[in-house]
Amino acid sequence: MDSALLVHRLHFAFTATFHYLFPQLTMGLALLIVVLKSVALRRNDPVYHEAARFWAKIFGINFVLGVVTGIPMEFQFGTNWSHFSRFAGGVIGQTLAMEGMFAFLLESALIGLFLFGEKKLSPRAHWWSAFGVFVGSWLSGYFIIATDAFMQYPVGYYKASDGSLQLARFWTFVLNPWAGWQYAHNMSGAAITGAFIMTSVGAFYLLSHKWTAHARIFVKTGVIAGCIFSVLQIFPTGDRQGKMVTELQPVTLAAMEGLFHGQTQAPLVILGQPNEQQSKIDNPLQVPGLLSMLTYRRWSAHVRGLDSFPKEDWPGNIPLLYYSYHIMVGLGTVFIAIMAVALLLLWSGKLFNARWMLWILMLAAPFPYIANTAGWMTAELGRQPWLVYGLMRTEDGYSKLVSAGSGMFTLLGFMGMYMVLGILGLFLLWREIEHGPVTAAVSNFQLPADAIREAR
Amino acid sequence: MPTLWFWIIAAMIATYVVLDGFDLGAGAIYLLAAKTHDERRRILRAIGPVWDGNEVWLLAAGGTLYFAFPKLYAASFSGFYLPLMMVLWLLMLRAIGIEFRAHIEHSVWQDFFDVVFSVSSILLAIFFGAALGNVVRGVPLDASGYFFEPLWTNFKLDADVGILDWYTVLIGVMALVTLSAHGSYYVALKTDADLGRRARGFALLCWPLQFFLTFTALVATYFIRPTIMANYRNHSIGILIPIIVVSCLAVMLWANPKGKERLAFIASSLYIAFMLAGAAFALYPVVLSAREHQYDLTIYNSAAGSHGLRVGLVWWTLSAILAAAYFVFVYWKFRGKVQLGEGHY
Repeated sequence: MDSALLVHRLHFAFTATFHYLFPQLTMGLALLIVVLKSVALRRNDPVYHEAARFWAKIFGINFVLGVVTGIPMEFQFGTNWSHFSRFAGGVIGQTLAMEGMFAFLLESALIGLFLFGEKKLSPRAHWWSAFGVFVGSWLSGYFIIATDAFMQYPVGYYKASDGSLQLARFWTFVLNPWAGWQYAHNMSGAAITGAFIMTSVGAFYLLSHKWTAHARIFVKTGVIAGCIFSVLQIFPTGDRQGKMVTELQPVTLAAMEGLFHGQTQAPLVILGQPNEQQSKIDNPLQVPGLLSMLTYRRWSAHVRGLDSFPKEDWPGNIPLLYYSYHIMVGLGTVFIAIMAVALLLLWSGKLFNARWMLWILMLAAPFPYIANTAGWMTAELGRQPWLVYGLMRTEDGYSKLVSAGSGMFTLLGFMGMYMVLGILGLFLLWREIEHGPVTAAVSNFQLPADAIREAR
Repeated sequence: MPTLWFWIIAAMIATYVVLDGFDLGAGAIYLLAAKTHDERRRILRAIGPVWDGNEVWLLAAGGTLYFAFPKLYAASFSGFYLPLMMVLWLLMLRAIGIEFRAHIEHSVWQDFFDVVFSVSSILLAIFFGAALGNVVRGVPLDASGYFFEPLWTNFKLDADVGILDWYTVLIGVMALVTLSAHGSYYVALKTDADLGRRARGFALLCWPLQFFLTFTALVATYFIRPTIMANYRNHSIGILIPIIVVSCLAVMLWANPKGKERLAFIASSLYIAFMLAGAAFALYPVVLSAREHQYDLTIYNSAAGSHGLRVGLVWWTLSAILAAAYFVFVYWKFRGKVQLGEGHY
């Protein structure tokens, strides 16, 4: 591979992966904060108000990191991928500009009111500022997904005389069928991150016998939301997205599943290592016929393997794609199991005393991040070798005049910068969590049993 | 249609420079104007609720530029690769300087972020000015429609130009002075007591420099690109622009010592907007000039397809109305002099 191409791909992959650690929590928490604030308003419950304020503080730190790591994303289409921008900008410029004009301006104007304006606004107006931030962040998500959907499955364009793509049908492009399920799948994934983080902090407080009144709200809200979205993540959103890949990117499906040879009653590989040299899966643990069933709803259906496609159209990095996909699906399944058990315990009133389950909930926090990252890697590695599916190859899209040396210079710069940002962010988040929802002296809302336990 | 988008984007860039300009300027004078802990907090509080929204105009303008003139976006962003990446780093440092400072009440922590915030603000002002200088001076575009500029070569304006040469550095310094003054007027407007007085004094100090640099830059621009006057000769309406610019300078000089802070700030905003309008008017229809003019990127050879531009006008108008509404609401909510007390920053 041309080294400049490699550097530009790593540049985008690194900055995008790091960036997306923050928006997924932003979008997930925005939803949950609106829920907390709604309950607080309806019941006029001060503990819910304090809970919402606590999460607003976490949200604020996370939001700043999302914003500062997000700005480079919009720039990099031009700086590192200028040939792609010139080729597809007439179409995807629409959604990227709309993200700025609709989502960012709404979000950024309201974030100040939401974070610092509670005293200046009525409770209802402050609820609206939170709701506006939620709408802004979820809109932003849609515009990005619609842009990505065009790269996965280009629609609504025409090819102009200079070879570039131009917009032909606005609504076809914006309401790309690919974008609908991808958006639902992605946002559900973001909500899972929010729910797991909220649950994790609540479980941590319960385990350390601190702020237990707030902690119960965190765990309860997090577990209910976590259960709903973990299920939605697999069915229908994940299932439907899998069908789209089967239909529109069959070679990607074959690579994701590690299916080297097309066959009827195709098995679903649960574990195993793809061996490209011998075109097989090593040490396979598989369920016969299940892949045929999942993709075509028939046990006997024929599923096309990698051997049905010319090798130059195979995704470039099959093992990484295969592992990303399997990690995503595996973790998604584990999330349902964890949240279902937690919900049962919650329903039977035992969860807050079931310390073993609280430990699991606390330690589960990093895994939604891994699953979401693996999901995006599946989508983008699966799109290879295309930059715009079927229209432009990745090797034709980067900035030809920006040398590998310049790219490496800024990639290293970003790595250093992001390491500092990551450490600072974790440090500040930890301080907020340690500081808790309220200072101990002013909290009048401890339950008696907890107060006794804390007095000991 | 491309003409309309040219002016829409020029207006968005001007909005960005006027809005983010005052918080960049406030950052530039921050270390010198604000001596005590409380004074620094006052400045941060004055810009705290709005700086992020202001900065988003850069993204919104960038996104709209991408949509309306994809070839311009592709050529300029890759050609200005290194300085743009540095701008990104500075924007990041500045954001965490503002936002993370208040999280820990410790003088060492806060001193560190004070310097990060102020130095990155100063450098950003210079970089943005130099960027404008590059667009006016011309870049080494060739027949492929791309270029790549090194950061500097020999600081002369010959065939082998870099991002920084004497002309672009001059424009960068002018931008720094202009935004420092602009930030001073804003700080004067939003604060009182010693800090307000000091900010006014700063603005007064900037004024002669600003006056001198405005004319030097004008002469220098005419010297390096004599064709820059063509639009002014052909369309006499253009003469209004320098008249407004000069009257704004006069109003700033008059209003500031009299304590008419709002008027001085408005004059400074108009000065910036019309300086940029003057540059846009002179360049039109060129959007990125080449060292060899047959390779100029113009609104005609870099615009997106006409259907896309027509559709865009619908949603752009809608979103611009919405944006204006919430910006007015936010500025109104945070109006008046800042008070210390509970709250962030």
